[in-house]
Amino acid sequence: MNYYTDNNRILRHYLSHPLMKRIVEMQEHGYSDAEKYNYAPVDFAEAIEGYELVLNLVGELCAEVVAPNAMAVEEEGPTLNNGRVEYAPATEQNLDLFRKAGLMGISMPREYGGLNFPRTVFILIQDIVTRADAAFGNLWGLQDCAETIHSFGSDEQRQRYLPRICAGETMSMDLTEPDAGSDLQSVRLKATYSEEDGCWYLDGVKRFITNGDSDVHLVLARSEEGSVDGRGLSLFIVEKGCGGVHTRRIENKMGIHGSPTCEIVFNHARAELCGSRRMGLIKYVMSLMNGARLGIATQSVGIAQATYNEALEYAHNRKQFGKEIITFPAVYEMLGAMKARLDAARSLLYETARNVDMTGQFNTLSRERALTPEERNESKLFAKKADALTPIVKGIGSEIANQNAYDCVQVHGGSGYMRDYVCERLYRDARITSIYEGTTQLQVVAAIRYATSGYYAQLLDEYLAIEVPEELKPLYDRVLSLTQKYKAAVETVLSLGSQESLDFLSRRIYEMASYSIMAALLLGDAVADEKLFKPSLHGFVAIAEALLAGHATYIEGFTPEMLDYLKTNNKQ
Amino acid sequence: MKLNIIVLAKQVPDTRNVGNDAMNADGTINRAALPAIFNPEDLNALEQALLLKERNPESRITVLTMGPHRAAEILREALYRGADEGILLTDRAFAGADTLATSYALAAAIKKIGSYDIILCGRQAIDGDTAQVGPQVAQQLGLPQVTYTRRIVDLQPEKVVVERSIENGVERVEAPLPLLLTVDAAADSCRPANAYRLLRFHRAAIPAEQAAPDFRYSAQLAADSRLQLKEWSLEYIGGDASKCGLQGSPTKVRKVENVVFQAKESKRYTASDEDLKALVGELLSNHTIG
Repeated sequence: MNYYTDNNRILRHYLSHPLMKRIVEMQEHGYSDAEKYNYAPVDFAEAIEGYELVLNLVGELCAEVVAPNAMAVEEEGPTLNNGRVEYAPATEQNLDLFRKAGLMGISMPREYGGLNFPRTVFILIQDIVTRADAAFGNLWGLQDCAETIHSFGSDEQRQRYLPRICAGETMSMDLTEPDAGSDLQSVRLKATYSEEDGCWYLDGVKRFITNGDSDVHLVLARSEEGSVDGRGLSLFIVEKGCGGVHTRRIENKMGIHGSPTCEIVFNHARAELCGSRRMGLIKYVMSLMNGARLGIATQSVGIAQATYNEALEYAHNRKQFGKEIITFPAVYEMLGAMKARLDAARSLLYETARNVDMTGQFNTLSRERALTPEERNESKLFAKKADALTPIVKGIGSEIANQNAYDCVQVHGGSGYMRDYVCERLYRDARITSIYEGTTQLQVVAAIRYATSGYYAQLLDEYLAIEVPEELKPLYDRVLSLTQKYKAAVETVLSLGSQESLDFLSRRIYEMASYSIMAALLLGDAVADEKLFKPSLHGFVAIAEALLAGHATYIEGFTPEMLDYLKTNNKQ
Repeated sequence: MKLNIIVLAKQVPDTRNVGNDAMNADGTINRAALPAIFNPEDLNALEQALLLKERNPESRITVLTMGPHRAAEILREALYRGADEGILLTDRAFAGADTLATSYALAAAIKKIGSYDIILCGRQAIDGDTAQVGPQVAQQLGLPQVTYTRRIVDLQPEKVVVERSIENGVERVEAPLPLLLTVDAAADSCRPANAYRLLRFHRAAIPAEQAAPDFRYSAQLAADSRLQLKEWSLEYIGGDASKCGLQGSPTKVRKVENVVFQAKESKRYTASDEDLKALVGELLSNHTIG
């Protein structure tokens, strides 16, 4: 079994997107590393060949070890011993395997011992890993925190930390506190500078920290005494090895049991500043969170893939009334919808990934030399797209993972409710994706400005400005009418002229935008590879039409009094 | 300590996932229906070599395989996992070899390699299941051998301590170097391919592959000798053609049939000459052999 080769027609489709050539060329600086590093590619063709080789390796390890270990990882879980987290033996085995396979520094530059893969390829790998085990996906995926040290740390910090992370030391981002969850401006953990020791010390408590006993922590703390908002917060690096930080509790969660969620105590823990003071939340954590959100979107797609595979296999093997249950319309309707949503979410994921990737490429380039006016312009366009698409793919991707998990259990019937089946774990694992790294509701808040400003409408026009072969014309027209329905709904909501009404209806506007965008992107995929994507396009357009029609009806029937009725109701 | 380690490996059809089309009508293997893989216990042997190299970083691991050009795939796979060098023993004259002719050719190639401290190979290959090649190579080279190795406990300049599987347990034996060890599946499984090595060594090629019109890495091979896989012929190793291939194989396959083991009792023989003679006598008399 191999989780890359069994799905590689689709994954390869995204690996061979036309923009990849440009991404890889920028990532490889014109393939100049080949002189210095014997594992650097000599040209684009070899870079792609190399990505495929590594994807193939990851696919094998995931299918042969990580997925079979997932049950043991979940059942044994991490344990707390004298303030230290001990992973389950199966988790240790997974980590050991991935370290030996050299998969802990995927996107770091070669000078720090990384593979120097572009972000889009990192996402492809994460897509496979999270399909095998969402919990292990977290521990492994936290290597992405190295990006923050790479982008904002000092050169000396890069030299000191990045090679260790590439070699397999684990990371965590310590942001949340008991009274600072969604509202990170309220972070209180205290950072004090000691002139005598020439370093910072941290005191306080963090809660809900994924992999909280990591080797290298990134910690958001209040460095400016007396400040109350985000401008008094700075980002710090804390090493486990330096002492002063221990885990007080491992949370007992609904799902992702293999990923320890910790309450950690900083007791005069030695820390060093990462980047500039006061920029912790407003710059670095915002960047860190955007990366993390894309990571959760990927995990959502991985889970959605796993749920589809589980349901498909069960529906083919399970017989009732003398037939495989897949032959019943009630069952294949569910499976068809799962696949359509999965493919649509994945299409959106890689569109987002490419734009995040290009934004990062231009950021890197701008640190090396001044960008030309054209480059600056272009880089802004990529960045805006990345910013607009990230909250959509995180929010909708995670909702789709949950819908698929629900349907997966449903296809299994009574068996799906039993612990013996993988789908039961997937159902619980999926649930966190629409909560952590910003709930779906917060993704709506981040996205809605792009709806009201007309940016999503503009994006839809851009996606639909394509030549479509005759066979796809009817579907093209249907996608076009989706976008018209979406634009009309935005107009209706704006014409209400009330902020509270807008806030109240924003989730529906957000979903209408998301489903229209996914339909348009899937159409683009079908134009490139009709055979591979047309079935899902058919399924998804129908789903999107139903969703948009429902939301449009809701919005048309909305009157501001409704807010009062609901508020009154909620008091009872 | 700087050890020269040779690992013998075989590319085999993956008989672990056999479908209905795995056998031809004449009872031979339908190789087209089965993917070719690195023989699993040879991977256990490679891991033992890699563990020795971890403890003795100056050491060099050479992987030797006999087969057609496509067997170069397992040499690359060995490099991905940490081996240093790969040799493909390939010649039409080797075709159709049974275990005796195979071990003759391998032993001749090992003599050509020249210096070695330890030779490791899997206990048996999953296509033939004979477990004969390892011991025969040792015999041809006049080396001591330890079979069913689970773990190399200790290695000194002159001797090695090995833990081996026996019925109902394990046994610890000490043996002089150089020697040959056959490693079984109870030993540690092989570490995975490493991404960094994968990206470097996917270019590695035998001369026949380098000559292909679409081969793209000639410049890299010229600059990095570790990418040059060796391709050795019968003539190169100075072997005797009459001892190779079909010609050198006393085994003749008359027919293949399905056998269901029905043994209900077992008999034990010691390694003494009388006992072995008695065993052979019994097998001859009941026509199991001969």
